[in-house]
Amino acid sequence: MADVTFTVDGKKLTAPAGTLLIDACRTAGIEIPAFCYYPGLSLQAACRMCVVRIEKMPKLQTACTTPVAEGMVVQTETEEVKQSRKAVLELLLGNHPLDCPVCDAGGECELQDMTFKYGAGESKYIETKQHREEQKWSPVVYFDRPRCILCYRCVRVCGEGMDVWALGVQNRGVTSVIAPNGGDHLGCEECGMCIDICPVGALTSDTYRYKTRPWEMNHVGTVCTHCGDGCKTTLGVKRSNDGMEIVRGDNRDKSGINNDFLCIKGRYAFDFANRTDRLTTPLVRQADGKLAPVSWEEALTFAANKLNEVRSNRGGNAIGVIGSNRTTNEENYLLQKFARGVLGTNNIDHHRTADYAAFAAALKGKANREASLRDFISAPAMLLLGNDPTEQHPALAWQIRSNVRQNRARLYVANHREIKLRRQAKAAVELPQDGYASFISYLAGNDGAFTGNDANDFREALRKEESLVIAFGSEFRGRDIQALVEFGLSMPNVKFACLGDYSNSRGAADMGLLPDLLPGYVPVASEHKFAEETGIEWPKQPGLDLVQMLDAAGSGEIGALYVVGANPVARYGVDPSALKNTFLVVQDMFLTETAVLADVVFPAANAYEKAGTITNTYGDLQLVKKAADKAGVRSDFELIVRLADKMGADPKKLVPFGKGVRADFGQSRGAQSGEADRHAVWLSANHLEPKLSPFDPFAIFDEIQRLVPSYNVPRLNLLAGNDEHVKSELVQIDTTGSRRDLVLPANDGLYTSGTLGRYSDKLAEVLASKTTEIAETAAD
Amino acid sequence: MATEKRTIFSPELAARFDRLVTLYPVKRSALVPMLLYSQDEVGYISPEVIVELADRLDIRTNDVESVLSYYSMLRTKPVGKYNVQVCTNISCMLRNGYGILEHCKKRLGIGHKEVTPDGLFSLEEVECIGACCWAPAVQVNYDFYDDLTVEKMDQVLDDYQAGRGKVTV
Ligand code: SF4
Ligand code: SF4
Ligand code: SF4
Ligand code: FES
Ligand code: FES
Repeated sequence: MADVTFTVDGKKLTAPAGTLLIDACRTAGIEIPAFCYYPGLSLQAACRMCVVRIEKMPKLQTACTTPVAEGMVVQTETEEVKQSRKAVLELLLGNHPLDCPVCDAGGECELQDMTFKYGAGESKYIETKQHREEQKWSPVVYFDRPRCILCYRCVRVCGEGMDVWALGVQNRGVTSVIAPNGGDHLGCEECGMCIDICPVGALTSDTYRYKTRPWEMNHVGTVCTHCGDGCKTTLGVKRSNDGMEIVRGDNRDKSGINNDFLCIKGRYAFDFANRTDRLTTPLVRQADGKLAPVSWEEALTFAANKLNEVRSNRGGNAIGVIGSNRTTNEENYLLQKFARGVLGTNNIDHHRTADYAAFAAALKGKANREASLRDFISAPAMLLLGNDPTEQHPALAWQIRSNVRQNRARLYVANHREIKLRRQAKAAVELPQDGYASFISYLAGNDGAFTGNDANDFREALRKEESLVIAFGSEFRGRDIQALVEFGLSMPNVKFACLGDYSNSRGAADMGLLPDLLPGYVPVASEHKFAEETGIEWPKQPGLDLVQMLDAAGSGEIGALYVVGANPVARYGVDPSALKNTFLVVQDMFLTETAVLADVVFPAANAYEKAGTITNTYGDLQLVKKAADKAGVRSDFELIVRLADKMGADPKKLVPFGKGVRADFGQSRGAQSGEADRHAVWLSANHLEPKLSPFDPFAIFDEIQRLVPSYNVPRLNLLAGNDEHVKSELVQIDTTGSRRDLVLPANDGLYTSGTLGRYSDKLAEVLASKTTEIAETAAD
Repeated sequence: MATEKRTIFSPELAARFDRLVTLYPVKRSALVPMLLYSQDEVGYISPEVIVELADRLDIRTNDVESVLSYYSMLRTKPVGKYNVQVCTNISCMLRNGYGILEHCKKRLGIGHKEVTPDGLFSLEEVECIGACCWAPAVQVNYDFYDDLTVEKMDQVLDDYQAGRGKVTV
C-alpha cells in the first residue's frame, strides 16, 4: 500500500497506509504501552493503555486500533495521556493481589513495568480485594484469577493462534473471568502459548511456577531438540549441585523460524536433562556379566582395544556404526569420518525418518527450490501432502494457520486421514492410504490416475496458483518424491519441504550417516575430495544399512557395533539375544534398551549441553548453544575424538585443530600440505580464528563448510543465532540407481518424542492425563 | 444438512435456524438470536441447546457458554409458566418499584429468581425495561404492565392465576 506521512511526538514518520499507529510507533522506536494488543492476533481494544492524543480527534484514541493517516499529528506522552494510563493502572490494581515478591512474572511483568513507569501506587479505591484460590487446569496450566487483567491475549492465542479454542470469558463487567473449556480443567494441546503470552502472572506453568526468579537465571538461546521443525527456544538455566540445571524453556526471542510459537515439547520437555537416573560415569560389563562404573581411562582404553582388535583381526567391515537423529552436524560428520577413516568401514547408518537422499537427488542443481520453515508464514498458497503437522510438526502447523489467518493464504490438503489442518484448508481431498503417488500423477494431468470427490476442483484451483510451497510427509519416498518434484516444477515458483521427524534427522542424512553416501550426498564410490583433503583413506565399497547391520550382528558377521545417541533395539524391536556376541559400545544419556545390552556405555551430553549446528527438516541451519551442564557427561563429539585417540588415530587428521602459526599459506599446495595446514589456509582466507582444541566442534564445522558446498552459508549470521538455509542445489548426489527404502516414520505425536520423550516426566504426565480423558469419554 | 440431523427443536425453529446462519458474514453472529429463540421454545438454555447451537455454528460449547453468561436475560434454569419481572431501576424505584417487588415476594412466597412449587410463577428483579415514563413497570413473559400499584399488581397476578392471561391494563 502507498506510504503515508504523519508526525509522532514531533518526529516525521512514514509507514504504509493501513499500518496500525502502535506498530508504526514501535517500528520508529517510540514505545506505546499495551496490554491487550498483541501483534498477529485480532484487535481487542480492551485495556486502554495505548491511548494517545491525536490532533482533531475529540478524545484520546487507542493506538492499537487506529490506522495511520496522512498528516496525522500524534502525541504519545502528554500529561493527559500519562494521567489516563495511570487511571487505567489504578483500576487494574484495584483487585490485583500485589504478590509480586512471589509471583512468577515478577521482574518480567508488564503490569509491574507500567506501574513503575506511570506510578499508581496510591489509589482512591477502598474496596476489599476479592481473593480466589489458584486453580490447576491441566498438568501444565495453572490459573491465578486475581492476577488476571482481562487482556484476552490467552483467549485469542488459544483460539486464533492454536485453533484449539479452549479458553473463553465468562460473565460480564467486574465478574468477568477467564474460563477453561472443561469447566474446571482444560482439554487442550498443552502448548503453553497462553502462559507465555500472559502479560502478568495469571497463567503459570507447573514446570516453572515458584521455582526461581527471572534475574536468577542465565538465558541461552538455542534450538529445541525434539521434532524436525527446529524451533528457536530460550533456556533459563541456574546453577545446581552438579552443573547448570534447566529451569525454564520459553520463547523470549521471537526472531526464530518459529516466530511466537513453541509446543509443549520445546517449552516443557527439557526435563529429561535433569533426571536423576542419567548416566554420569562410564560403565563396562564385568566378568560377572553386570555393567559396573569404571574410570574414563579404563572405559576408553577397553573400548578402543576391542575395536582395534576386531578391525585388525576381521577388518573394518566387521564393525558397524549407528548414529543419531539428534546429535549435531559436527558430531555426525565426525562420526562418519571416524567410521570411514579410523574404523575403515562404510557400515554406518541412522534411523531414517524421511527419504532426504531422494529429495536431494530430485532438487540437485535447482536453486531456491527448497522451502524454509519461514516460507510457510508468507507463501500465498500451500499444498500439504500427507503428514499431520498439528501432531508431527507443530511449528509448521502454527505457521500455516497464521498464514491463512493473517494473509488469507490458500491451503490445499490431501491426506488419508481427517487431519486438523483441514479446518484451514481452502480445498481438501481424501486419499486412500496408498494413493499419494497416483494423486500426484493425477495432479500432473493424468486423469485416469485418481477419481475422488472434489479432486477435479482441487486440481483446477491448485494449478491456478502462481506461487506455491509444497510440504510432503514420509508417505513420499524414492521415485514418488522424484515424481512430485517433477510435477511441482511444471508449475511456476514452487518450493518444497520434505517432512522428517527429529531435530537433526536432516543433518544426519546431509552429513553422510549413510552406508552409500558421504556428507553432501557424495556417493562413496565416486572420486571425491574428502580423501585428498583429509589425508585419510576412505573406503569405496558401500556398507551395510542399519537393518543389514542388525542382521549381520545377529549372524555374527559383524563383531562390533558403535551406537551413538540411538536406541535401535527398541526402535527396530531387536531381540536382545541377537546382540549377544557383538561387542557393543553405546553413548547415551540413559540406560536405554540398547545401552543395557552394551559392553561399554559412555554417559553422553544432550543437545542442550553442547554447541554446534543442526539442520531442521526444511534445511534451515541453526546454531545450537550450550545452556546446561551436567557433571560426569561428555559431548558425543569429545567422546568420538577420545575414542579415536585411544585407538591410535591422529586426532589432528580427524579434527583439524592447532595453532596454525607455521601454516603453509598456499605456497606449496598439494598432497604435502597436511590437513591442519590446509585448514589454517582456509581459515585465514575466511578471516576465522584457528581452533585450539580437538574438542572444538567449529573446527569440524570449518571442514564441513569447506567440503560440503551446500553448507557453505554465510557464517556470521549463523553465529549471531540466525537461521541460514542450506544450498540444497549444490548437493553432489548421483541420481542413477535406486536405493533400498529404509524410511521408518517415527509416528510421534504432540506428547511423544521417541526414546527421549520417554524420559520426560512432563510428557509422561500429560500423556497419562490424555489417556484417562479419552477413557472417561469412552465410558459415557 | 442440518434439518436432516437430529435436532431438539421444533421443525419450524430448526428451519428458521438453518436460514439464520446464512444471513451473516460469519456464522457465529447468529448466536445471540438463536439463544433467544431457543429460550422461548425450550424455556431456558439447557445443556442440549448449548450443544446443538455450538454444532450448528461450528464453534465450541465453551464459546456458547461465554456468550450465555454475559447476558442476564438468558437463563440456564427453567422458570415458571409466568415469569414476573419487576423493575427496580431508578424511575421505578422512585415510584415504589421495591414496594411492588416486596409485595410479589410475599404473595407468591418466593424470592428473586425463584419458582413457585406449582411451577406457575417465577419472580425476577430486573433492570430498566424501557417503560420509565409509566413507572413502576412489570413485565410478565413478554407482556407489559405499567403505572402499577400494589392493588393493580394483585389484579394482574389474579388474572394469570385464573388462566385469563393478559386482561388488566
Ligand atoms: S496450553 Fe495452549 S492449547 Fe491449552 S489453553 Fe493454553 S494456549 Fe490453549
Ligand atoms: S489470564 Fe493473562 S492473558 Fe489471559 S486475560 Fe488474564 S491477564 Fe490476559
Ligand atoms: S514444534 Fe518441534 S521444534 Fe518446535 S518446540 Fe515443538 S517439538 Fe520443538
Ligand atoms: S492495547 Fe490498545 S486498548 Fe489495549
Ligand atoms: S426504570 Fe423501570 S422501566 Fe425504566
